[in-house]
Amino acid sequence: MIEVRNLTKIYGDHVAVSNLTFSIQSGHIYGFLGPNGAGKSTTMNIITGCLAQTSGEVLINGYDIFEEAEKAKKLIGYLPEEPPLYQDMTTIEYLDFVARAKRVPKWERSDQIYDIMQTTQIKSVSNRLIRNLSKGYRQRIGIAQALIGRPEIIILDEPTVGLDPKQIIEIRELIKSLGKTHTVILSSHILSEVRALCDIIMIISRGRLVACDTPENLEKLFTGTASVELRVKASELETRRALSHIEGVTQITYKASETDGTADVLVETEGKEDISEKVFFAFCDIRKPILRMNLVTKSLEDVFIELTSDKKEPDFETLGGGAEEDSEAADAPAGRDDEEKGPGKEPAPRPDGNIIGDAEGNEE
Amino acid sequence: MRAILDRELKAYFRGPTGYVFSAFLLLFVGIYTMVYNLKSYLANFEYVLDSMSFVFMIIIPFLTMRMISEDRKQKTDQLLYSLPMSTSKIVLGKYFASLLVLALPTAIMCVYPIILYMYGTINFLTAYSSILAFFLLGASLIAVGMFISSTTESQVVAAILSFIAILVNFFVSDLANFISSSSTASFIAMAIAVLLLALIIKILTKNGLFAVILAIACEAVLALLLYTKPAIFEGLFPSILKGFSLFERFYRFVGGMFDLTSIVYFAMVSMIFIYLTVQSLEKRRWN
Repeated sequence: MIEVRNLTKIYGDHVAVSNLTFSIQSGHIYGFLGPNGAGKSTTMNIITGCLAQTSGEVLINGYDIFEEAEKAKKLIGYLPEEPPLYQDMTTIEYLDFVARAKRVPKWERSDQIYDIMQTTQIKSVSNRLIRNLSKGYRQRIGIAQALIGRPEIIILDEPTVGLDPKQIIEIRELIKSLGKTHTVILSSHILSEVRALCDIIMIISRGRLVACDTPENLEKLFTGTASVELRVKASELETRRALSHIEGVTQITYKASETDGTADVLVETEGKEDISEKVFFAFCDIRKPILRMNLVTKSLEDVFIELTSDKKEPDFETLGGGAEEDSEAADAPAGRDDEEKGPGKEPAPRPDGNIIGDAEGNEE
Repeated sequence: MRAILDRELKAYFRGPTGYVFSAFLLLFVGIYTMVYNLKSYLANFEYVLDSMSFVFMIIIPFLTMRMISEDRKQKTDQLLYSLPMSTSKIVLGKYFASLLVLALPTAIMCVYPIILYMYGTINFLTAYSSILAFFLLGASLIAVGMFISSTTESQVVAAILSFIAILVNFFVSDLANFISSSSTASFIAMAIAVLLLALIIKILTKNGLFAVILAIACEAVLALLLYTKPAIFEGLFPSILKGFSLFERFYRFVGGMFDLTSIVYFAMVSMIFIYLTVQSLEKRRWN
């Protein structure tokens, strides 16, 4: 669907995008994730033909975005970071203008605009001046504009920035529903958003593609150890003895509670094998109750921080076994670095899923 | 292209721009018709156009200042770039929209000679060819203004620069009469002009080497010509200035001459600046 090969963009002496290679398959929602200034917008601008690359090529369904611009652009609907709206027009006038500019045939123009206004829920503001509309509506009109001409690919640059939480949820729902019928690429620096929406995450850092995989695989791949967090009613000695029979346990941290005789235990293993079942039976054998048990995997946020931190970049080989359709992309040379990923430097593992709310809250 | 044209045209008449432009132009036509025709019992409409051509200095920048710069400012250029439409079509759409805004008052002007005919003798050919030249002059100046608008994000800057450009164009033929027409003076002026041109090329293309080579080559040719045929330089610079002046070309029509080369010249200036505007927009993608 989209082939990006060795894409490089240099502004003066600043390298915004460096040797980016990936491919996008149809029918998925892709998320470009990266800190501000990572090169997400630049990449999207190049893919959509708004910006010329310094080197490399972009093919949309085989059409070069530069050489066969008109054919390629017909396949793409683009919502830039700031919705490109003519403030002096009403919603319907604006959409009609876009439809005509995209050469939607006259006979299907009004039906299509009607449909799209329905999908994006902007019918109630169809006759109002865009200038007087709220940011949420403008964003919707921006998305509606991208949908006009029924392109197969929808590219959305930070579609939820500057919206209130309710609007964010609505826009996400909209994107999700678009994902059923279109290939969607969206960019964001909000982890929870990408995680919730996207089938495949592409993490970009300083103009390089550092990871490309499904959210689950990214978490799995970067979990060096599978640890189990327990709350038990047992003494330290009993606990250590019970767990000593389990293979591969490297470290046991016991922290007794002062009040109710329970203790928090963290069991770390070397392998990636889930040991929770064995832990359960170990405590069964000594007839001590486990009050709570939690499998600790590294959260996506940890992966993200690790990949985009300035200190080091991961060895790309670790990502080789990603989702099948992306094995090609994962071979991308971006982020290839001689530095080995040292487990010692990894951020502390956190219980899965806890960070979603926080990450979002910080962005508002 | 039609979509862009329609949008731009609507934008002109949704705000005050289109109306103010027409009103201002027609106001001056009215005033000058009263003074030159009605008060002095002359039916020569071309005199009216001749005297009021300076109005272009004010109304053309007013018309063209937002043409491209506004898109850049409100980021709608991103939309235009992502449309399946070539940049030249976008630029042409915008250009023709403003031409239509100019054509509206010009069409109303066409009524004046008929009114004057009822009360005196009139040379229709001169009157209408002057109106045509007036329109073409405006069309070329719009192209210049559009190019200037494409180089900046600020409408104010675009308006001021366009005003200066038209001002220089307006006065250059008068000023040319005061310039020394000796061959040395012309040579020096031409040499400086070449340097300026090279500087502009360097700024636009960011290719220093090319500009320097071009400048040296042109200067060498000039020096060679001065050495071999100094007579060429006699009065050359003033006549070149006059030759470049768009207003000077317009005055020929007022004088009763239907000058085809001038029509070609107007068309060429328009095309060159439309081309430059397209290039200026394309260049922005490369930054």
